[in-house]
Amino acid sequence: MELVSQHVKGIMEECKVRARDAGLRFDDETLEYIVTNRDLIELSPKMMIPTLYDYWVHDVRVLSGKGMYEAYPSNPFETVINTRPAISYYNDNNPDWLNVMIFYHVLAHIDFFQNNLFYKNTWDIDLAGQALADKRIIAQLRSEKTRWLDYVIEFARGMDNLVGFHKNLNRTLLHDTPKKPTRTDFYFDLFLQKIRSVPQHEYVKEIDRYNQCKKESTDFFDQVTGRYPEFEELFQKQIAHKEPPRMDIMEYILRYSPFLKKDENEWMKSVIHIVRSTSLYFQPQMRTKTMNEGWASFWHENLFMADNRISGHEADYAKINASVTAMPKVGLNPYALGMRLFEHIHEMEDKGKYSFDYFLLKDAVLKKKYDTHKNTGRSFIFTVREDMNDFTFINSFLDQEFVDRHKLFVAGRRINSQNMTWQYYIKSKKAEDYKQMVINTLYHPPDIRVDADKTKDGILYLNHWFENKPLKFDFIENTMIGIEFLWGGPVHLETSEPKSTAQKDPRYTNFWDPSAPGTAPAPEALPIEWKRVRYVIKDRKLQKQEL
Amino acid sequence: MITLDELLERDKKREQDGFKRKIRIGQIVKPGAGGREKIIVVPTTVEEKFVHDDIVPEQEQGEGEPTGGTGEGQEGDIIGEQPIRPEDGQGEGEGDGEGPGEGKGGAHEIEANAYELGKVLSQDFELPNLKDKGKKKVLARYVYDLTDKNQGVGQVLDKKATLKKIVETNISLGRIPDVSTIDTTGFIISPQDLIYRILSREKEYESQALVFFLRDYSGSMGGKVTQTVVSQHVMLYSWLVYQYEKQVETRFVLHDTEAREVSDFQKYYSYKVAGGTKVYTAFKLVNDIVEKENLARDYNIYVFHGTDGDDWDKDGKQTLAEIEKMLTYAARIGITIVEHSYVGSKQTEVEKYIQSSGLLTRREHLIKLDVMAENVDDSRIIQGIKTLIS
Repeated sequence: MELVSQHVKGIMEECKVRARDAGLRFDDETLEYIVTNRDLIELSPKMMIPTLYDYWVHDVRVLSGKGMYEAYPSNPFETVINTRPAISYYNDNNPDWLNVMIFYHVLAHIDFFQNNLFYKNTWDIDLAGQALADKRIIAQLRSEKTRWLDYVIEFARGMDNLVGFHKNLNRTLLHDTPKKPTRTDFYFDLFLQKIRSVPQHEYVKEIDRYNQCKKESTDFFDQVTGRYPEFEELFQKQIAHKEPPRMDIMEYILRYSPFLKKDENEWMKSVIHIVRSTSLYFQPQMRTKTMNEGWASFWHENLFMADNRISGHEADYAKINASVTAMPKVGLNPYALGMRLFEHIHEMEDKGKYSFDYFLLKDAVLKKKYDTHKNTGRSFIFTVREDMNDFTFINSFLDQEFVDRHKLFVAGRRINSQNMTWQYYIKSKKAEDYKQMVINTLYHPPDIRVDADKTKDGILYLNHWFENKPLKFDFIENTMIGIEFLWGGPVHLETSEPKSTAQKDPRYTNFWDPSAPGTAPAPEALPIEWKRVRYVIKDRKLQKQEL
Repeated sequence: MITLDELLERDKKREQDGFKRKIRIGQIVKPGAGGREKIIVVPTTVEEKFVHDDIVPEQEQGEGEPTGGTGEGQEGDIIGEQPIRPEDGQGEGEGDGEGPGEGKGGAHEIEANAYELGKVLSQDFELPNLKDKGKKKVLARYVYDLTDKNQGVGQVLDKKATLKKIVETNISLGRIPDVSTIDTTGFIISPQDLIYRILSREKEYESQALVFFLRDYSGSMGGKVTQTVVSQHVMLYSWLVYQYEKQVETRFVLHDTEAREVSDFQKYYSYKVAGGTKVYTAFKLVNDIVEKENLARDYNIYVFHGTDGDDWDKDGKQTLAEIEKMLTYAARIGITIVEHSYVGSKQTEVEKYIQSSGLLTRREHLIKLDVMAENVDDSRIIQGIKTLIS
């Protein structure tokens, strides 16, 4: 692993000038390294951060990565990490001309990292440096605590997908001052309805009186304080009242775990903290994959095609670019989808189609011809890259026009029992279905929170806010054993499961021989009914209770 | 970088600390030209977290997970088909003219990794060593080696042996009165004291094992059941490679309602069909192969069969007949039944008829049965191997 040569660095600097001219924004300083495939295998379990703390699971991944490489050699072109200064890696197999294209790709990634608002909490952090400090703490602790250190890492990582990323982001973006109710709001919304519980006619009468006062510009509250002497005091109390901050599970355990409060266990807190902040750092990346890759592909195409250094390599470029950004006949490629969606948004906005007039049009021909020559597409996609994440991006812009234009469809797969084949078919060409299918592939950890009211008598009570997606059963036990360890007492988890035992008869009987003629037709799929259940872990033993 | 041994050592400590083991032995199959694939053994592990299950319960049965696509066509159009029961390319249907040792399963590239894994299994997991490596059935092979010693002349002077001999001579001559202070300058050296090594022809006895791996690949074998069976078979294979010092040949047989031999582990590992189950076909195919190629004479034959326990032949009449026949030559038959979690603890067909046949007690040193649930961990799988080979 070494820095690129001065010559190559010079090329990168030229690319920066052109990328800036096109509107991309990023810091001046960047670091570029040349790496081998072997380096990449060793880096990838550490999320490409060379200074990330050591942990045996990373080693396992490296070992299996090497085995995988031996069987199926791969040759990734580049990787960028979101740190200050941004670091990017280039495969030592890349030819020079290809690196020019990759530089543009990388610069667009850096632009994305440094401008998309979901990354705001990472903007002021030199991650590589931070990670190095963490790595030293971990190494120091490992020398004292031996394998128990690794257990703590393991158990903390068992919860690190449930970190309160959005909550933290809200705090930064909105400066986290929860709105205090005004006097009027408090009077009508809380005081009359909740505290006094006045009958409806009285409530309506007060509203009338309020409007009357407004018209006459007299003080509405004069009478109020007369009628309810306690009002003013209650209102002041309400303003002074602070909502307890919402904590994610890791924060909650850090703050309240009786086990971690013991002197001899203090050290575990810093480990949990390191795991938590590392996870938080990578959250935006996981939630903007399609956009980020789409954005980078969009720009490498636009910038490299306009660059004279492509000359002589047009065919090579076409080949490589196609392998990265072609839409597969069957399957999903986030690079390709993201890139095309940015192009689509660009064009729709240029023609002024994101407008009420266009929305009202029902005539397909007129719709197609619609063009107000607004030509604001370029600036619009910059706004999109700043304000959106994968979900909002796909949910807002993946429309029927897009699906039709690229001839997209949802591909289904079913058994054809006559020929003993898997049959692929066009299941749907509706934008709604396609959108839902894509959204189902996005990163979405379950929403599990501590129920503070039920957390008592030494029991930590977790509540899964259910979204019709059950938890993976196989993982529940070990995850809960870890949480029990760090909490130092029993842990309850409330979640939902299908009412009838999954994989019941129809599936089973049909598995006998779906090909056999005369098999009864598959029973109509019934909507699943859910029931709440509670998993209890105590002394590392898992139990299930029905609720 | 940590080694596999260290990882397993660490995993053992987990157990002492009251946590479950986490390292699993995974295998990557590297395809190669002409079916000469390599099995690369790697450690794997999962990091458990609360995550949504991938399996969407409302999925219609017989339907795979939908994905994206692009191209012409209307809703409902079929865009392609892919055979469920894959064709075996060239090798299908022949079988004559190819003896063991080359072609088919014989040409396995024996991977140092498998040997290593076998060693790990034998040592760290305390799998027993074979008591009888089957030296009766031998392959005699000559190797030339500098093993013989000769006094006076030869190719290479064996310095250590020579020095010993000199000391011996001088003691008998009484020239070493005090062993704590030896004066080597006073040694008398006879020409006969010089020990040489000479090149000699050695006859090497090696045992040979031929292992048939049989797997049910019918429709009911989906998901974990297959994984568990294949994991166990890889470990068994590795253990045998170690025990027989790499002198192991393997043949692979898959069956649903009919049996077929496949040429390599990759196919053995990856093929899926959705058909029904006739267990006897696999045993019959092995019997036929053994008879036709006259394998019983030259090999210790092991047969391992993995299934979920379904069989259309409910009382196992045909299967048992084939097994009886097999028992006349096989060194060991090991049957693994991996039960689906939805079956519960009720006995499966195969288990029932094997139990009631009395074979397990009557021929207990030749046939073993192991029954486990589909979501067991590696230590249970290894435990199963112990049962099968004990």
